[in-house]
Amino acid sequence: MFDELRDLYQEVVFDHNRNPRNFRVMEDASRKIDGFNPLCGDRITLYVKVNGNVIEDVSFQGSGCAISTASASLMTEIVRGHTEEETHEIFELFHRIVTGEDQRTDFGELGKLAVLAGVRAYPARVKCATLAWHSLEAALKEEAETVSTE
Amino acid sequence: MSATFDVARIRQDFPILGETIHGKPLVYLDNAASTQKPKAVLDTLRHVYEHDYANVHRGVHTLSQRATDLFEGAREKIRAFINARDIKEIIFVRGTTEAVNLVAQSYGRSSLQAGDEILITAMEHHSNIVPWQMLCQQTGAVLKVAPINLVGEIIMEEFEALLTERTKLVSVVHMSNALGTINPVKRIVELAHAKGVPVMLDGAQAIPHMPVDVQALDCDFYAFSGHKLCGPSGIGVLYGKEALLKAMPPWQGGGDMIRMVTFAKSEYNTLPYKFEAGTPAIAEAVGLGEAVDYLQTIGMDKIAAYEQLLLDYATQKALEIPALKIIGTANDKGAILGFTLHHIHPHDIGTMLDQLGIAVRAGHHCAMPVMDFFGVPATARASFSFYNTAEEVDVLIDGIKQIIEVFG
Ligand SMILES: Cc1ncc(COP(=O)(O)O)c(C=O)c1O
Repeated sequence: MFDELRDLYQEVVFDHNRNPRNFRVMEDASRKIDGFNPLCGDRITLYVKVNGNVIEDVSFQGSGCAISTASASLMTEIVRGHTEEETHEIFELFHRIVTGEDQRTDFGELGKLAVLAGVRAYPARVKCATLAWHSLEAALKEEAETVSTE
Repeated sequence: MSATFDVARIRQDFPILGETIHGKPLVYLDNAASTQKPKAVLDTLRHVYEHDYANVHRGVHTLSQRATDLFEGAREKIRAFINARDIKEIIFVRGTTEAVNLVAQSYGRSSLQAGDEILITAMEHHSNIVPWQMLCQQTGAVLKVAPINLVGEIIMEEFEALLTERTKLVSVVHMSNALGTINPVKRIVELAHAKGVPVMLDGAQAIPHMPVDVQALDCDFYAFSGHKLCGPSGIGVLYGKEALLKAMPPWQGGGDMIRMVTFAKSEYNTLPYKFEAGTPAIAEAVGLGEAVDYLQTIGMDKIAAYEQLLLDYATQKALEIPALKIIGTANDKGAILGFTLHHIHPHDIGTMLDQLGIAVRAGHHCAMPVMDFFGVPATARASFSFYNTAEEVDVLIDGIKQIIEVFG
């Protein structure tokens, strides 16, 4: 019945929605930011621990649809260990994938990014997929949002 | 479902209902956001533009006269539809939102002072919250909010307690778009009037679903949108009691709203034109008049009765699904079924139902405080119209069951 939706709701998406990875508060985060999608009410709180300029750990809390939850969960796995510059480039690549600008299907070691490529056929859902990523970009950019690490 | 209500015939009046979505017959259950248009309205729009179109109120030529007659004829139809005393009390606006802003900026700004209070409820649409917040910022007035209970009804004792000598205006939704609740607006008007407080009613959702008589309600302002009433978008109505409208200053300045302009001073036009600056939505107004005719041919009381049967049926079916929770279970309720599914976000529900041809809305329905109150980020909402059927309810319920299955 939902065959046409397989591209959007892959098994990996269901899995990450059911068991989101790194879904926790991070007490010693170096940055914390709240993301909000006013259109649908999705909320995310993102925690980032940066060491030097390497992202050592990312976690999140919040409530959202399967797409936004899976996207956040996948993101926390993908960016860990990357530098801030690399993370920015991954963000840009992800954005090109979900908006359909980049139509490749093989992304090498960033293969997980492609899980959400199906969202490109659902413009109304692109915002769901990018909420966590925009929050991460903001967290890395916004000095003002930096929380102290006691 | 009802012997006297020939829904199959009615459906033939709505060309869009023949659409297929993702290969499935369209099941349109997003009527609270906007309703579909009957052929009579579509034909009227086309006819106006093909035969009777010119600007209104300004030409001596024949077409301008025809357009003006049609435009003013629509005003009279709407007057009769809501039983206003006089066409002077029918102001054409863009929609409910503009009507509330008009009252806030004209009536509110000219008569409220710092410390005065405006009383609304916890189930208002953003359009009946934000214009008052803006007014409060401008005047120093204070916004008071009457709370609701867990089924989604105004707690009337609290409402009464908040109605004090400081209250200068009450503005309440007649029927909630997020919960379906039909508020006891006649009682609210009585309570407010007993304290000399005028009442505005947001009728955006009520007007498509029940007969509305503004004199019987005795409200001071009543607002609604054409697009939720089988009419075009871009046109709506503010009803106001003549005495109040007369005393209110104009809101926007421009053509049509003046009688005489010199650089020293302008003299304002009479009602209702004082509040209708600039070229209005001409064909849309005529289209709304046609929509009102169409609905009256069916009968608003028949529509209300049929929709109640549909809602009862949908509610009963929904209650059979254990994972489903209905948000909004007021005693007096219009044909809106807001719900959540355990562990499945409304957005996912919306996308999946769409795949089955079913249009519902998923989100906060421009009523974020209502979502906060019920502790949900969003709900899925099936909202019915008189052209929906029990079979469509079955398709919806079946779709919900399939979603629960794939999410596991
Ligand atoms: C209860 C209620 N009030 C006000 C509005 C605003 O109507 P409009 O967007 O047509 O101005 C709506 C429609 O969304 C509504 O449901």
